[in-house]
Amino acid sequence: MLLEVRDLHVEFHTREGVAKAVNGVNYSVAEGETLAVLGESGSGKSVTAQAVMGILDMPPGKITGGEILFKGQDLLKLKPEERRKIRGQEMAMIFQDALSSLNPVLTVGQQLGEMFVVHRGMSRKDARAKSVELMDRVRIPAAKERVGNYPHQFSGGMRQRIMIAMAMALEPSLIIADEPTTALDVTVQAQVMDLLAELQRELNMGLILITHDLGVVADVADKIAVMYAGRIVETAPVHEIYKAPAHPYTKGLLQSIPRLDQKGQELYAIKGLPPNLLHIPPGCAFNPRCPMAQDVCRTDVPPLYEVDEQRRSACHFWKETLDAH
Amino acid sequence: MHTDRTGNAAGSTLLSKAREESRPYAEGEPILEVRDLAKHYPLTQGILFKRQIGAVRAVDGVDFDLHAGETLGIVGESGCGKSTVARMLVHLERPTAGAIRYKGEDISKLSGRALKAVRRNIQMVFQDPYTSLNPRMTVGDIIGEPYEIHPEVAPKGSRRQRVQDLLDVVGLNPEYINRYPHQFSGGQRQRIGIARGLALNPEIIVADEPVSALDVSVQAQVVNLLDRLQAEFSLSFVFIAHDLSIVRHISDRVGVMYLGRIVEIGSDAEIYDHPTHPYTQALLSAVPVPDPMAREHRERIILHGDVPSPANIPSGCRFRTRCWKAQERCELEVPLLAVPAEFRLVDSPARHDSACHFAEEKRVVPLEGELETPGRTPGPDVEAPGTTTRGRPVEDVGEPGEDVGEPGEDVGKRGGPGEPGEQGGETP
Repeated sequence: MLLEVRDLHVEFHTREGVAKAVNGVNYSVAEGETLAVLGESGSGKSVTAQAVMGILDMPPGKITGGEILFKGQDLLKLKPEERRKIRGQEMAMIFQDALSSLNPVLTVGQQLGEMFVVHRGMSRKDARAKSVELMDRVRIPAAKERVGNYPHQFSGGMRQRIMIAMAMALEPSLIIADEPTTALDVTVQAQVMDLLAELQRELNMGLILITHDLGVVADVADKIAVMYAGRIVETAPVHEIYKAPAHPYTKGLLQSIPRLDQKGQELYAIKGLPPNLLHIPPGCAFNPRCPMAQDVCRTDVPPLYEVDEQRRSACHFWKETLDAH
Repeated sequence: MHTDRTGNAAGSTLLSKAREESRPYAEGEPILEVRDLAKHYPLTQGILFKRQIGAVRAVDGVDFDLHAGETLGIVGESGCGKSTVARMLVHLERPTAGAIRYKGEDISKLSGRALKAVRRNIQMVFQDPYTSLNPRMTVGDIIGEPYEIHPEVAPKGSRRQRVQDLLDVVGLNPEYINRYPHQFSGGQRQRIGIARGLALNPEIIVADEPVSALDVSVQAQVVNLLDRLQAEFSLSFVFIAHDLSIVRHISDRVGVMYLGRIVEIGSDAEIYDHPTHPYTQALLSAVPVPDPMAREHRERIILHGDVPSPANIPSGCRFRTRCWKAQERCELEVPLLAVPAEFRLVDSPARHDSACHFAEEKRVVPLEGELETPGRTPGPDVEAPGTTTRGRPVEDVGEPGEDVGEPGEDVGKRGGPGEPGEQGGETP
């Protein structure tokens, strides 16, 4: 297994109290595999990724438990210098907003080349040639001429391509993409997602796609982990989760998306609001919003039940949820 | 203007009361007619002696009608001018040219008292509920502020009650009247924005991306609220969004915008099930669909390149640089927004306005009932008409002319969206 996150806990110490952002997350990614992490804002999907990358702001953040095994090695036990070596070379991240993640006063060639100068000790000239090669690879037209351009001279889709180029510059074995196409228009979204999937296949990387929109990742993901209030509530292969969700939250989420091919009456809406992380409800965190909640849901935190070989659901009533189809 | 409202009526009667000040107009006529609407922002050069060197043609000739009680959806990518249209409708921007007729009267050139009277009837709901509410004002002050400007709507003593009624109408606890915006979640804030839009009992509400900043599970709640309010208060909506699924859900008619123009407009079924403009077809085919069955059934048209800069709009058809059907005629002749000649005589939903020289019907979204959906029984496994390939993305659909040489985004010669004036793709 390339990456294994085991029982990860992350807290944020704020003036109002302790916000429990991640409460025991488990997931794993193999080489060449794509995992989509689906969740709404505040579900802990980005915080988990930041902890894996080692870019979590500490303080206020604090990893209070768990292991992050990367190629068998627990990253949380490494010294900062050792982690820095892994970051960039072994794992890289693509952020949502390319414009604010790129340095506006350096040309894209300088930013891409920096990777090779710092990590590979290349000369500036060689690094520049490498940059052009990378830009070609992510299909930026006229790469040779554009390598000296600044980020603002590129369109949104192109900037995201540069981010992708930067992430794969050193051919890492794991890439984490945090909402990589959210800021893009639909017609460009598909181009970028396809590019990402293609490069992943080529380099046989592990890919974690963090998203709030199942539709965007459905074509490229192998499996999906749905997060709610800092926990994984369901994991399953993409097709099965859509056909028959085994957790009421997943089910509600899928039903509340309006469909392109039909004009229904009223949209199904999950009642209530996502929980405040300072006061996560006891028992199952979803119980105040759940149509199936019973007494046991208010007292006992549901474990990740095994639905079948590939599927898990953190619902006491996963059987009933599945059967309701 | 007189008012005989008591002001302490219950939530729903408060607003559904006849709008007695409304100007009479013939039944069945559009409540709002937009004709050849344009907004050009000048591009200047020089500091002391500014010369105009061009213009960003953000909106460049938009026509549509809005009927009473109807929802018109406007969709398009960023930079297509849809928000500028919204801002002109509520008079936050003055049009460079064209007319906005509210019940037959052109309001685009009004000012002073006459403008104020019209504005009361056309209100706006903004996209971002985090920045469109003043953090230093209480919810009561925010929702009640319109009454300061239009005191005739609610006499001073009755305002608090009215604000509480409005909170109730949008599904918030009336006791929250003294709270501040930061004490609410995104979805609740958007409800506050909607309550403010309703405060003056308007006839038309212009909603600019009202749900796109919200989480999926909350989005549905707000969409349902808008649906309910429309029925309850017989509002007319102009609903602007980039999310095609939500627009279909809420709209009676849909207009598709590209680079400052409407390229296709019609009823929701006409646009979604029988699109005839290639841009609409591409846009629909690009929408991410979570349903794996639906994905396999549909054909994906992947457009090359980015939207050209509105400062440098291509000649002829403005979509031709990304269109796989483009021919010489598209470069020379601007296609008009009208029913295409080949559909003029047929009795089919394809007969609707589409600005394309080579319009042809192409179904990209599989028909309802053809697919298995969660909680529904599986339908027959039918291939959608007009679909030639299943599941596979159709790349390189034809040769798009001299502009797009290779796959991938081609911004040579063209700027990126949202970068007016800056020739994003100009290679040195």
